[in-house]
Amino acid sequence: MADPENAKEATTLRYAFGNVLSFFILLLIGVLAFWIRLFSVIKYESVIHEFDPYFNYRVTQFLTKNGIYDFWNWFDDRTWYPLGRVIGGTVYPGLTLTAGTIWWILNSLNIPLSVETVCVFTAPIFSAFASWATYLLTKEVKGAGAGLTAAALLAMVPSYISRSVAGSYDNEAVAIFALIFTFYLYIKTLNTGSLFYATLNALAYFYMVCSWGGYTFIINLIPMHVLLCIVTGRYSSRLYIAYAPLVVLGTLLAALVPVVGFNAVMTSEHFASFLVFIIIHVVAFVYYIKGILSPKMFKVAVTLVVSVGLVVCCAVMAILIALVASSPTKGWSGRSLSLLDPTYASKYIPIIASVSEHQPPTWPSYFMDINVLAFLVPAGIIACFLPLSDASSFVVLYIVTSVYFSGVMVRLMLVLAPAACVMSGIALSESFSVFTRSIKFQLHGLSGSSQVDSGDASSSTVVAQNDAGKAEKTEDTAKERPSKKSKKKEKGIVDKPSLKAKIERRLLVLPFEASIFAILLLVLLGAFYVVHCVWAAAEAYSAPSIVLTSYSHDGGLHVFDDFREAYAWLSHNTEVDDKVASWWDYGYQTTAMANRTVIVDNNTWNNTHIATVGTAMSSPEKAAWEIFNSLDVKYVLVVFGGLVGYPSDDINKFLWMVRIGGGVFPHIKEPDYLRDGQYRIDSQATPTMLNCLMYKLSYYRFVETDGRGFDRVRQTEIGKKNFKLTHFEEVFTTHHWMVRIYKLKPPRNRIRGKTKKPRSKTSSTTRTKRSAATKRNPWH
Amino acid sequence: MARSTSKDAQALFNSLRSAYAATPTSLKIIDLYVGFAVFTALIQVVYMAIVGSFPFNSFLSGVLSCVGTAVLAVCLRIQVNKENKEFKDLPPERAFADFVLCNLVLHLVIMNFLG
Repeated sequence: MADPENAKEATTLRYAFGNVLSFFILLLIGVLAFWIRLFSVIKYESVIHEFDPYFNYRVTQFLTKNGIYDFWNWFDDRTWYPLGRVIGGTVYPGLTLTAGTIWWILNSLNIPLSVETVCVFTAPIFSAFASWATYLLTKEVKGAGAGLTAAALLAMVPSYISRSVAGSYDNEAVAIFALIFTFYLYIKTLNTGSLFYATLNALAYFYMVCSWGGYTFIINLIPMHVLLCIVTGRYSSRLYIAYAPLVVLGTLLAALVPVVGFNAVMTSEHFASFLVFIIIHVVAFVYYIKGILSPKMFKVAVTLVVSVGLVVCCAVMAILIALVASSPTKGWSGRSLSLLDPTYASKYIPIIASVSEHQPPTWPSYFMDINVLAFLVPAGIIACFLPLSDASSFVVLYIVTSVYFSGVMVRLMLVLAPAACVMSGIALSESFSVFTRSIKFQLHGLSGSSQVDSGDASSSTVVAQNDAGKAEKTEDTAKERPSKKSKKKEKGIVDKPSLKAKIERRLLVLPFEASIFAILLLVLLGAFYVVHCVWAAAEAYSAPSIVLTSYSHDGGLHVFDDFREAYAWLSHNTEVDDKVASWWDYGYQTTAMANRTVIVDNNTWNNTHIATVGTAMSSPEKAAWEIFNSLDVKYVLVVFGGLVGYPSDDINKFLWMVRIGGGVFPHIKEPDYLRDGQYRIDSQATPTMLNCLMYKLSYYRFVETDGRGFDRVRQTEIGKKNFKLTHFEEVFTTHHWMVRIYKLKPPRNRIRGKTKKPRSKTSSTTRTKRSAATKRNPWH
Repeated sequence: MARSTSKDAQALFNSLRSAYAATPTSLKIIDLYVGFAVFTALIQVVYMAIVGSFPFNSFLSGVLSCVGTAVLAVCLRIQVNKENKEFKDLPPERAFADFVLCNLVLHLVIMNFLG
């Protein structure tokens, strides 16, 4: 009789030890997630990367300098000249408010970190939080062992690292944490049925809406899961408590954010949640009536209600469908439609189609971004089905939908990463527990089912023999899960230990050596995963893209800092009010670093304005000068990679300028710039191509560099080598010719030679003549 | 056919009424509160149909506050109902405290959104 007591004491001691160990493991996972993202800071410097983060950085600077009321009401006149942009109403404030709060707290504690430092390191900190949130989520689905594995996997998964490296100050940095945390609170509410967690769930959803436009994924996935539960007969009152308050509170909170506003009730992205809200009320009511009536009466009620209710339902649905179908996009926004129909953007919205992040991913990118998890996910899906609970059905639905969306857009691989980590964590944990249990079983032979039942006193002696680092986790896994199992058994089925032991005995028929070998192989798999992730973080995803490096033949490092050189020149050598025109990629960086007004930037909200700039770049010099002069532009900036071999320059992007410009102004036709369907800039190029502004501004004086004008990116000599610019003058070219800045020449005071007749008489006749022949050019 | 359906309907109605009369008074109070909230929401919708939907945020916050308290009261009823096996470990004070907290958050948001 003393034996069960001792066993119980040992159980609680092991349980406590397991808890402390898992706490330290979690701490280490957080530190790992933080440190693996610091490669770019070590290799380059603590600088903000890419393009979009510069806008967020500028907004955060404004917030910290002027306070929240000015930030909320900010109208920015330094961009989209002459339209301006309402920043307060068009930006997702979550990221900037988070970083601003962190900066404010640190500064009030007298830790004087600059805004840039806070912005650079926000993403790694929140990725540590995200891995802890993954632990919580997976613990709710399967147990603490699976949670720890999933958290460790998420800390390192390359897909998430690519968007949250130190310096990548973008919405996804905090949004992924908000996503996982919202899902965790939803599952927790579903498992416990507590209204407290439902409130927290709504607040976490609010944080997600503030942070990222991808919140529509949550507000469509959760209703889908609720519908799945109802259809598969898993309706319970906990489901109602988990879902209904979320819809009401969530809609209200979403409407509070200015970017979303009334879209929260009027766009099709949210209609699924309202539909399922109605459905769950109907189902709840049906279950309630079923509960209080006798079965015969219930049948009568059903026949009565079905006959009447069906007619009413059909009428309402017909009205709704008519309303939605009457709008041309069926109420969906362009971005959502391009997700649902992958070919939509390429047909109708060339701007969305032109962004490289919006292209579908290639097969190798799956292996690059989630590596080993790609084939652990199916094992995890199977493990979720034994047994199937509400939480595991949710995770299965999550992974299926995220795999579909990641197939549409490369950028959405990021949403796949947490799901893949959860599934792989479950798979790894389950397989480890099977192997360790069979090892335990084999070592103790068939002596007594009681030892298998309580499990813990024996597990410590067995598992202590393993000495790999990962074995710490298996020890933890083996301790946590059997201890949980034993607690459950004590509460419930105390009278069936023999049956359970028989079932367990049938499970653990794996031979001893095979289990040891399998565990070693799994550890090796994990090692390969770690090696790949560290390599991806260090080599592939840590480039700040504003500073480029290359290695020369003698092994020395060569740094290309041309972008910052150009922006610094602009900020020191031009007037504060001068307008700079460039392609929209560089808009955010120009306003943030050069502090000059730009015509178009990365927000791409006004297609016509971008098409205007695209048309100007595609037109001959005089026409382009007219367009730019009408926009008050003083300087034009082009990026040129031909001297050093930088492939993402404006000449490579030029066809998109033609397409976007031609989409709005029909006198720009793409075939005019192609010779036999091929895009060339050498001597075989079309005259339209050789005369357009982009060609001239990129290759002006290029022949002086090596005598023949050899373009290293296109690998040919250029077509037109010696030409002069008539309406523009070159004012600055950076060290490696990567950024070239030109100034618009003022119009001449005197016109030599033939004087122009007054415009009104000739223009009417020429206009009619010209319109008959060609499409009208709006600037002539 | 019609008479059998009407007799069925009557029998159904009577059995519903007798089953409902058996519920405890506290639950009936919650049901009354839910009915009141839904009724208020309906009145607001009718008013909006008559007068027009400007300012839309006030209309939204008004209707959603009624619907929200109704939903939360239903959740409270679920948790407090003694016949519900899933919640027999939950003390009703805890259920009521959760209800109050959620209502607090809801009305904070409503106040902010009312405009």
